[in-house]
Amino acid sequence: MMKKYFILSGILALGLVSCEPELENSIEDEGFYSNGEADFSNYVALGNSLTAGYADGALYLSGQKNSYPSILAAKFALAQDTEEFMQPYVSDDFGGLLYSGQPIAATRYVLSVDANGNPMPVRYSATPTTEVTAKVEGPFNNMGVPGAKSYHLVAPGYGSVAGVAAGTANPYFARFASSESTTVLADALAQNPTFFTLWIGNNDVLGFATSGGAGEYQLNNTDFATYGENDITDPNAFAFVYDQIVQNLAANAEGVLINIPNVSSIPFFKVVPVNPIPLDAATAGALNAQFGAYNTMILPGLVQAGVITQAEADSRKITFSEGAGNFVTLVDEDLTPLASILMGEPFNLDAQTAGLLSQLRQANSGDLIPLTAASFIGTTVNNNPMLVNGVSVPLGDQYVLTSGEQEMIADATVKYNAAIAGVAQAYGLGMVDANALLDQLGNSGISMDGVSVNSTFVTGGAFSLDGVHLTPRGYAVIANAIISEINETYDASVPRANIGEYPTVTLDQGVQ
Amino acid sequence: MKRLFLLGLLILATASTYAGGYRVSLQGQRSLAMGHTGVAVVNNAELAFFNPAGLVYLENKINAAVGVSAVFSDVVWQNEQYGEFARTDSPVGTPFYAYFSYKLSDKFTLGFAAYTPYGSSVEWPTDWAGSHLINNIDLKAIYVQALASYKISDKLSVGAGPIYVNGSVNFNRNLSRNLTDLEGNRSNVTVEAKGVHAFGWSAGLMYSPIDSLRIGVNYRSEITMKAEDGSADFMNVPNSPLTPFNDTTFDAELPLPAELTVGLSYQLNEKWLFAFDYNRTFWDTYESLDLDFADPNIPDSKNPRNYKNSSIYRLGLQYTANETFQLRAGYYFDQSPVQSGYFAPETPRNDSNNFTGGLSINVTDKVAIDAAFLYSRFEEVDESYDYYQENGQNVSFGGTYKSSAFVPGLGVTIKI
Repeated sequence: MMKKYFILSGILALGLVSCEPELENSIEDEGFYSNGEADFSNYVALGNSLTAGYADGALYLSGQKNSYPSILAAKFALAQDTEEFMQPYVSDDFGGLLYSGQPIAATRYVLSVDANGNPMPVRYSATPTTEVTAKVEGPFNNMGVPGAKSYHLVAPGYGSVAGVAAGTANPYFARFASSESTTVLADALAQNPTFFTLWIGNNDVLGFATSGGAGEYQLNNTDFATYGENDITDPNAFAFVYDQIVQNLAANAEGVLINIPNVSSIPFFKVVPVNPIPLDAATAGALNAQFGAYNTMILPGLVQAGVITQAEADSRKITFSEGAGNFVTLVDEDLTPLASILMGEPFNLDAQTAGLLSQLRQANSGDLIPLTAASFIGTTVNNNPMLVNGVSVPLGDQYVLTSGEQEMIADATVKYNAAIAGVAQAYGLGMVDANALLDQLGNSGISMDGVSVNSTFVTGGAFSLDGVHLTPRGYAVIANAIISEINETYDASVPRANIGEYPTVTLDQGVQ
Repeated sequence: MKRLFLLGLLILATASTYAGGYRVSLQGQRSLAMGHTGVAVVNNAELAFFNPAGLVYLENKINAAVGVSAVFSDVVWQNEQYGEFARTDSPVGTPFYAYFSYKLSDKFTLGFAAYTPYGSSVEWPTDWAGSHLINNIDLKAIYVQALASYKISDKLSVGAGPIYVNGSVNFNRNLSRNLTDLEGNRSNVTVEAKGVHAFGWSAGLMYSPIDSLRIGVNYRSEITMKAEDGSADFMNVPNSPLTPFNDTTFDAELPLPAELTVGLSYQLNEKWLFAFDYNRTFWDTYESLDLDFADPNIPDSKNPRNYKNSSIYRLGLQYTANETFQLRAGYYFDQSPVQSGYFAPETPRNDSNNFTGGLSINVTDKVAIDAAFLYSRFEEVDESYDYYQENGQNVSFGGTYKSSAFVPGLGVTIKI
């Protein structure tokens, strides 16, 4: 009898062992996915805000958790044993920065419903809690530094806490730089990365673009020290610095380079139309009367005098009509300055009027209006109904990206991308055409995983509420493009992200 | 000796399941050990569940059978395309039964039964890839039944009785694949209904054309559990009028389907008894799990299930070794009611092969201990649920599933 019990118990125990369900080909088994010729064991990402996971006008915790390097690292870990992916997390989900207790960066945008029931992006109402001077201990695999341009990655002191106050260093990098004098690249290399991604150069044109062209195209100027914040980096200088960065990274690692999207693909320039001004018949009539002499006498007179061409005269005509769809007026620094001429014979205009007309024109369909102008156009100066911004008061340089300025950006972008492609080839690295990808998001959009993603502001799913940076879902799209490139270039089989599972814009009423 | 065996069973208490859908076929240790056959087996008070017509054939004046099982069931899921993997960590289910019969006369026996034929307890990791369909569920239904069994002749008997059901459900899932609050916490809802009750009935017939052969038929009616004014508790919802998810109440219906069983038992000789049961479960009544929220701003939740009727084929053997021991073994094939494309992770069950075994030890003339175990073997399956909607578009959720179930159980039979 005893023996029987034992046999029975044995059978039951056997049953137990086979009870935990195990899949025949579990993805947790080694060798299910392959890292191919790449080694993901220590992945380091370099870049700017896009790499850091910045979204909605701020760097905040859940944005960082959904950064594309973080998404990638999680997938890499399925293909190979990897080291833990470390990120320099900020302290909260509000976003914003403090420097010695003083706010120096604003909180994130959230989509908030206003009193009239309209959803609007508004800054979240909270005091930031991330203190720049409270350094976080690295090393960090995500070396994305919001605001960084190409040459900043090799700029000593870019992470100096003291330099932040002086305006020579970056507060985000200062939080986690290993020393006052180090560079982003040096801190990255110190980790001996086995694999890297590099997405840098966006800010080399983006600052100029989002400022409405309030900067210079530093063509043939290779002295970065002389560059202003909103300047476009010289393409040759970019190519030199870029090659220097990649040469260092690629010495002991494989990697993927990501190129620069056209700024025209971001919603930041698609939300506000160039002709958003509605006018009633009386106002349109009054404005036309105001500009009548300018259109019919002054401009032809200037052409006759040989001061401007007929083409410029045509571009400078100001006309309004009843109804919606009047183009804004603006000051275009590329037009011939006329103030002093207009103050002289035969026009004899007063200084104020001459100043107004000096570089005045109406926008045309080739111009782009930055999102930042949305809350400015149509407001009045000193509550004077005769002084309407964008109408009777022309928009300043920062509120219009003229076609001439767009050409400079496009020229630089093409040259940067040519440099990136050349470097990728020279070092045998993968390259992701983010430019084409974001164009696709801007045109037809991308459908996968049961969702359609496109660049439409607020509702498209790809771009966050600042109109420049991606949402977690948008970053997942980038991550998938990088995975595809890795799988192709390095003969790996890394699974991709399910973009439908990633958040888009955040709704919240926690605003003032 | 007994202690050793009990210890063995307890140690085993660490593994896995169920029948198709949310049916839990664990209504008697003796029957379970024989592949959960019993519609034509006269053995003990388990007949109250399997076929009340047979109660009148029990020899003793008072019969009782009580028992409980420990259900260890787990599911593993993965999606190769995305490298996603999840494993349930479901709490141990403890379905029980308690049956009594009292012989009033040679022709008439009264009975009482309490049992738990429906239930589901599944717990996925919170916020796993399928969390928009389910994070966890705990579904319970207790059947209480009064019975009468009447012997028309020595060959033919009938039995029947009304059923009172009391049930509860607690279910949590995320509101969508990606909605979160400001901190990135996933928005989710817990619906809970308790004390839901309803009535039904069961009836059976037993016929014995010759001494060694019994034939049985049993029918248990469908019972629709209507949850009214259950609570719907929304968590981590963004602070915004654009998401109208405020706590509210809900109404919902869940059918506990009718089941028809026909079967036979054959006494080969003094030692060997053979039994065969065929179950047909009328699952097609379960078309959709719909939650009707009281708050008109919250869209009702429609979850098509489209179950189909399913069959179970059961075989059982009993060997009476001596006056003390009876050994049993059984097998059944359980066809899943879930149709392709409707494979929801709350009851991820495909067809299963089930192996059972057990024994009874007659401690005294009046008391026996019954032990049984069930091992359910599910084939690995690539399946999906294709009827989840996001922005009016069907979004498929699928992958490779594998489940297993291991159920040890203990019971006591008393005859006075």
